[in-house]
Amino acid sequence: MATILTPQATGKLVGKRVRRREDPRLITGTATYVDDIQKPGMHHACIVRSPYAAARIKGINAQAALALPGVAAVFTGKDVAALGPVPCGASLPGLRVPHHHILAQDRVYFTGHPVAVVVATDRYIARDAADLVEVDYEELPAVAAPEKALAPGAPAVHPEWPDNTAFTYHQEGGDVNKAFAEAEVIVKQRIISQRLIPTAMETRGVVAEWQPGDKALTVYSSSQIPHLLRSLLAGMLGLPENRLRVVVPEVGGGFGSKLNVYAEEALMGFVAMKIGKPVKWIESRRENFLCTIHGRGHVDYYEIAAKKDGTILGLKLKLIQDLGAYHQLLTPAIPTLSVLMMPGLYRFKNILADIVGVFTNCVPTDAYRGAGRPEATHGIERMVDMLAAELKMDPAEIRLKNFPQPDEFPFATATGLSYDSGDYEAPLRRALELVDYPRLRQEQAEARQQGRLMGIGLSTYGEVSAFGPSPATPAGGWESATVKIDPAGKVTVLTGASPHGQGEETTFAQIAADELGVDLEDVIVLHGDTAVVQYGIGTFGSRATAVGGPAVYYAIQKLKEKIQKFGALLLESAEVTFTNGNCVCNRNGKSVTLAQVAAASYRAMKLPPGEEPGLQVTYFWEPPNFTFPFGAHIAVTEVDRETGRVSILRYVAVDDCGNIINPLLVDGQVHGGVAQGMGQALYEQAVYDNNGQLLSGELTDYAIPKAGMMPWLETGHTITPSPVNPLGVKGVGEAGTIGASPALVNSVVDALSPLGVRHIDMPMLPEKIWQLLQQGGQA
Amino acid sequence: MKRLISVTINGKQRTDEVEPRLLLIHYLRDVVGLTGSHIGCETSLCGACTVELDGKAVKSCTMFAVQVDGCRLLTIEGLVSNGKYHPLQEAFWNEHGLQCGFCTPGMIVACKQLLERTPVPTEEEIRHGIEGNLCRCTGYQHIVNAVKAASAKMGI
Ligand code: FES
Ligand code: FES
Repeated sequence: MATILTPQATGKLVGKRVRRREDPRLITGTATYVDDIQKPGMHHACIVRSPYAAARIKGINAQAALALPGVAAVFTGKDVAALGPVPCGASLPGLRVPHHHILAQDRVYFTGHPVAVVVATDRYIARDAADLVEVDYEELPAVAAPEKALAPGAPAVHPEWPDNTAFTYHQEGGDVNKAFAEAEVIVKQRIISQRLIPTAMETRGVVAEWQPGDKALTVYSSSQIPHLLRSLLAGMLGLPENRLRVVVPEVGGGFGSKLNVYAEEALMGFVAMKIGKPVKWIESRRENFLCTIHGRGHVDYYEIAAKKDGTILGLKLKLIQDLGAYHQLLTPAIPTLSVLMMPGLYRFKNILADIVGVFTNCVPTDAYRGAGRPEATHGIERMVDMLAAELKMDPAEIRLKNFPQPDEFPFATATGLSYDSGDYEAPLRRALELVDYPRLRQEQAEARQQGRLMGIGLSTYGEVSAFGPSPATPAGGWESATVKIDPAGKVTVLTGASPHGQGEETTFAQIAADELGVDLEDVIVLHGDTAVVQYGIGTFGSRATAVGGPAVYYAIQKLKEKIQKFGALLLESAEVTFTNGNCVCNRNGKSVTLAQVAAASYRAMKLPPGEEPGLQVTYFWEPPNFTFPFGAHIAVTEVDRETGRVSILRYVAVDDCGNIINPLLVDGQVHGGVAQGMGQALYEQAVYDNNGQLLSGELTDYAIPKAGMMPWLETGHTITPSPVNPLGVKGVGEAGTIGASPALVNSVVDALSPLGVRHIDMPMLPEKIWQLLQQGGQA
Repeated sequence: MKRLISVTINGKQRTDEVEPRLLLIHYLRDVVGLTGSHIGCETSLCGACTVELDGKAVKSCTMFAVQVDGCRLLTIEGLVSNGKYHPLQEAFWNEHGLQCGFCTPGMIVACKQLLERTPVPTEEEIRHGIEGNLCRCTGYQHIVNAVKAASAKMGI
């Protein structure tokens, strides 16, 4: 059982299972999420949304709604025509960008498209009034699946682009034609990464408040990116950025879905300015499923080329990305991340990829936990398994054969990345050991003799994380930290990363406490309020610890120089060392405490030459590269012949995320990540019917894992420090999700391989497996 | 037409005039000001709104405030007694049974009920006992650990 340190512990904190400092407010119900915010005179907004996936708006009549007592206003598309658009931050050559108004103008493009907003004194009245808004629609033909949208004669999502193609993108590395010409075996497969719904337990929500005297707007939003939101929202609303304050209070999960800028955030700002009263909008779960971004949405055509001994020579991919009706913040960039990660952990240098980004009459896809990388990993890991099956090789052996060795790092990939550090065999060997692989295979052979369908599935995943060097990212890729020591010697860290459940109030305090030699209790970490925190980028892409952490570290290094200078002044010595929270004279051993130094620095009776008073440093850290975490997962499953149900007998995850600041939190990230990968592999899918109606529009129909659906997860770690940052950390937020889906699908395919099954698309619902079983394994 | 209700919430009695259609969760959050219980679905699927009603865990998003007239309610805010955390709160903290914390208040109330019914639950019983409460962050494993730890502590 874990040893838990209580926060007054001193000494080295980095690397310990320190329990979280954010928890007391969360376990007592005293934290403040957006919906907990109350303002005097606050109004409530309810949004009228399109029931059709494609329709022309012929008219809107809001008279009945406006007549309802308590209704303050109704706004429609024409009121906000000049605002916006909802921004797309990604740029690709030739990208077609539809103008994304914050309320529909004369046409709607997906079910749930916002058409009008009703504002009332109470949320019940707002909802009643929304039902009274009459919208006259003329329904138009819709298309809700990307391959159908590409077929000749398909309805055009945007009439100006009848081919429904937003962009095409080509990338090549090495000589793929030569690789395929020299191949002794080629395996091809169509693989689907279905549309998923991120389903943060807290839906989105916004409170906006206008101070007319100051001409200043405050927007409270459940977001992962307060500063980027402020910059973009200022543009959408035509406000100077210094008159806009974004506050991100407690956030109930994001998983990428709140790494965005949404129409409603601008709309509430507009409403608050118009009615001169604070306004609150809280997304319902149904709206969350209809209108917050979805993830994945790939149809991938893969071809892998290899030699008979299992050496992989090359990989081709045709990627069809379902974009939905619009580009949200990063929509078109997500599939390009899949291409970057195409080679996975393997040494081969020949790749070719073609992406077609397709408009459909669905809500946009965008970054959902892993964002492009789970799709890529699922692809390569399925293909490697299929190749092993074709060559009758063991799936572990084929992987071991194709890994670059530790001395080949930094390793240049076919897609132009430089993998920072790696020992890819280590986690695989550790995972194989944990399951006792040879014995497990023997058990499987015995099970098969008894007619049981038992499978063993491996995945060895890699990911590009810690986004990232600025030239390689749509916004800046750095992160910032301010570290200040108050006159009494207590420490405040302001981080530009905006954690929302990851626990950086604890891990950054661990870093700061160790570096400054103070107690954990003496450090607080603040984030999320643009009026308090210097500009920052945010939390996504496993970047908070790996980019935000080093910013804290470097700020403290600079601060320490200043502390030493003030210490030298107080000790009247030229040689002073700052250690364990004290400045010590190297010659006579006399010392002053950090608190004494801090007090002197603010009192400023004397200043070190060239120094300003006070102890405060802000540091913007630009990473020189991404980091590349990796690992190996093994899933042992059994399929019930009668029902097609998959049981997970064992699940082992060995991850390498570099150095670990807090193992307790890393385990938490792995568990949660694996749960979401399992959700994709076994249960979850966003289903649209042919008319673009979302059939999986509620939690009844969209199955995120419940406690009883999860197996016990066995975790292990190997540690290969990253040379990219001084902490040696790589990031772990997405690892579990990326590793899990291929391990599970490989396992179930292995279970059914005696029937001749070689591939199954996700989610592996009992009905799908049952049908396979009925057809003797032939799809 | 508002109706008068009288309830005991976390040991304190109060009377309020409420609309008959006001949901219990909105009453607790917006009228009483106890915002610890959350809303994740409003359709009794997620459990974020779980509170105790006369000793039984209920989802307060699918009840009306008028239905609890004369009843006793316990919410997450009422679990701290004499400045001390309930063993489940302590265990969720120690075992890292929460990340974003949004599901946590409802989850803890559900776990309290589970331990009242089954003081020493097996892993399977714990997983079954919290089926009505969704958590998207933790994968539930640390929640299982927390319930076991609290059970051990409460057994002493
Ligand atoms: S809000 Fe009550 S169960 Fe989800
Ligand atoms: S901790 Fe985030 S939903 Fe449970």
